[in-house]
Amino acid sequence: MAIDAETVRKVARLARIREREDRLEPLAAELNGIIQWIEQLAEVDTEGVEPMTSAVAVTLPMREDVVTEGGDAGAILANAPRSRDGFFVVPKVVE
Amino acid sequence: MSNLTSLTLADALRGLREKRFSSEEITQAHLQAIEAARGLNAFVLETPDHALAMARASDVRLARGEGSVLEGAPIGVKDLFCTNGVRSTAGSKILGEFRPPYESTVTANLWRDGAVMLGKLNMDEFAMGSSNETSAFGPVINPWKSRGSNQSLTPGGSSGGSAAAVAADLVLGATATDTGGSIRQPASLTGTVGVKPTYGRCSRWGVVAFASSLDQAGPIAKTVEDAAILLRSMSGHDPKDSTSLPTDVPDFPNFVGRSVKGLRIGVPKEYRSDGMPPEIEALWAKGVEWLKDAGCDIVDVSLPHTKYALPAYYIIAPAEASSNLARYDGMRYGIRGEGANLTDVYEATRAEGFGDEVKRRILIGTYVLSAGYYDAYYLKALKVRRRIADDFTVAFERVDALLTPTAPSAAFALGDKSADPIAMYLNDIFTVTVNLAGLPGMSVPGALDATGLPLGLQVIARPLDEGTMFSVAGALEKAAGFGAKAERWW
Repeated sequence: MAIDAETVRKVARLARIREREDRLEPLAAELNGIIQWIEQLAEVDTEGVEPMTSAVAVTLPMREDVVTEGGDAGAILANAPRSRDGFFVVPKVVE
Repeated sequence: MSNLTSLTLADALRGLREKRFSSEEITQAHLQAIEAARGLNAFVLETPDHALAMARASDVRLARGEGSVLEGAPIGVKDLFCTNGVRSTAGSKILGEFRPPYESTVTANLWRDGAVMLGKLNMDEFAMGSSNETSAFGPVINPWKSRGSNQSLTPGGSSGGSAAAVAADLVLGATATDTGGSIRQPASLTGTVGVKPTYGRCSRWGVVAFASSLDQAGPIAKTVEDAAILLRSMSGHDPKDSTSLPTDVPDFPNFVGRSVKGLRIGVPKEYRSDGMPPEIEALWAKGVEWLKDAGCDIVDVSLPHTKYALPAYYIIAPAEASSNLARYDGMRYGIRGEGANLTDVYEATRAEGFGDEVKRRILIGTYVLSAGYYDAYYLKALKVRRRIADDFTVAFERVDALLTPTAPSAAFALGDKSADPIAMYLNDIFTVTVNLAGLPGMSVPGALDATGLPLGLQVIARPLDEGTMFSVAGALEKAAGFGAKAERWW
């Protein structure tokens, strides 16, 4: 299951991180080192073990489906890289 | 006035209540200390105007006899906590000049109780690191140096700014966060006390997320009592965090100084790793003796899956991080890169905004969650996590708390481990199990090594039993009589 430059390219694309062409090989080597170290988990017998998805055994609480805050577009837009007329300005999404 | 910065939080609060000095005076003293210590790079943002305004308001309340439990005490805030109107960066470039229009619950609790904010503290980018070297603002320098050496050492990470600021008397205490050891390891490397409470004890609302099932806030402080005082204010149920526990907050400071007679203390044999520095092994043995002398029963226990904790962590934490950090897309806040189309803009933003370690972890997380690998890596790691948590459940049937070293080494030189990710990850070998199992754990300074650098001991307790943890830590602190401070060079 070795990771090659092509796999790094694909994963970086999935993660939406641009990686320079000359970084793909070194990254593949780094990630392989880490993944190989991780693979010692195969030694652990996990037959019939339930995956642990939460650090505490509590059921998630429910709340009323009502609006609790909002109506402050100015505060929400205050950190936007670009905004106009109360909207975020983003690159064209639909051609 | 400089002696005001050498007070413990508990003594400072007493002095403020007795009007021996004002909040403005003690705040001003700390602001001067911070200015004189810029060489440590502990702060990414100093907020003197903000601090003095809060201090004056505290002085008004103190004069009226209305002061709350932290009234007038100046503290620092790790830059992972969002602070209303005050730049919050998570140690990353990608958030740019982000000024949150809201306040994290933990910091809001501290201000409610009268604390004063001195500024925002440096940290590894998105809390991913054990040496503070991944910070976009450059590394923090440990106030401690090896005897006779001028080499700059790491304060540990990710809460390196918090630990260094407390160790150098720049703040009376600091907020920090711990996902795999990020409170306890820097506490150990700087001779300070660091507490990671039970998962769910402190609200995560308004804390920039790294790995949500592991992240917990906690304090770094000068003494066990100070840490207990801070944690009491930071804790509490918060409906805005669905994993926040709906339980009452015990009066933690009350547990410090209590007798530990008759408590059963477990010593896990798997923590005795090959190649453990003899001084750390000796301190651990001393810690056992101290607790025995205090009347504890020492019990050998086994946590058989310990060695698998770090590999499991390096699947779970990056997987959660790759999902959490998807929000940094350059659209709603932070920096935005240039590109010909939407995908290009995303890719440019994230390439420019994230540092190498963050990218590495996002790539690992994306890989282990991708089609074909999910079961082999992610699901397997979650099952191993269950095994690790079960080890603790079994051990805690026989003991009330566990005693281990906090970190596998004293502070190391900046640059020593930054080229080898796995060597860096091994810093968390004694702390990461606690995050996986959701348990409370804390580090207490125990001794100086032969070169004069501090070493810490870790106490681990049952879920929600921070009280017992504070009692045991208090007994260790008393027996160790640590009291050493870094010699001032900055």
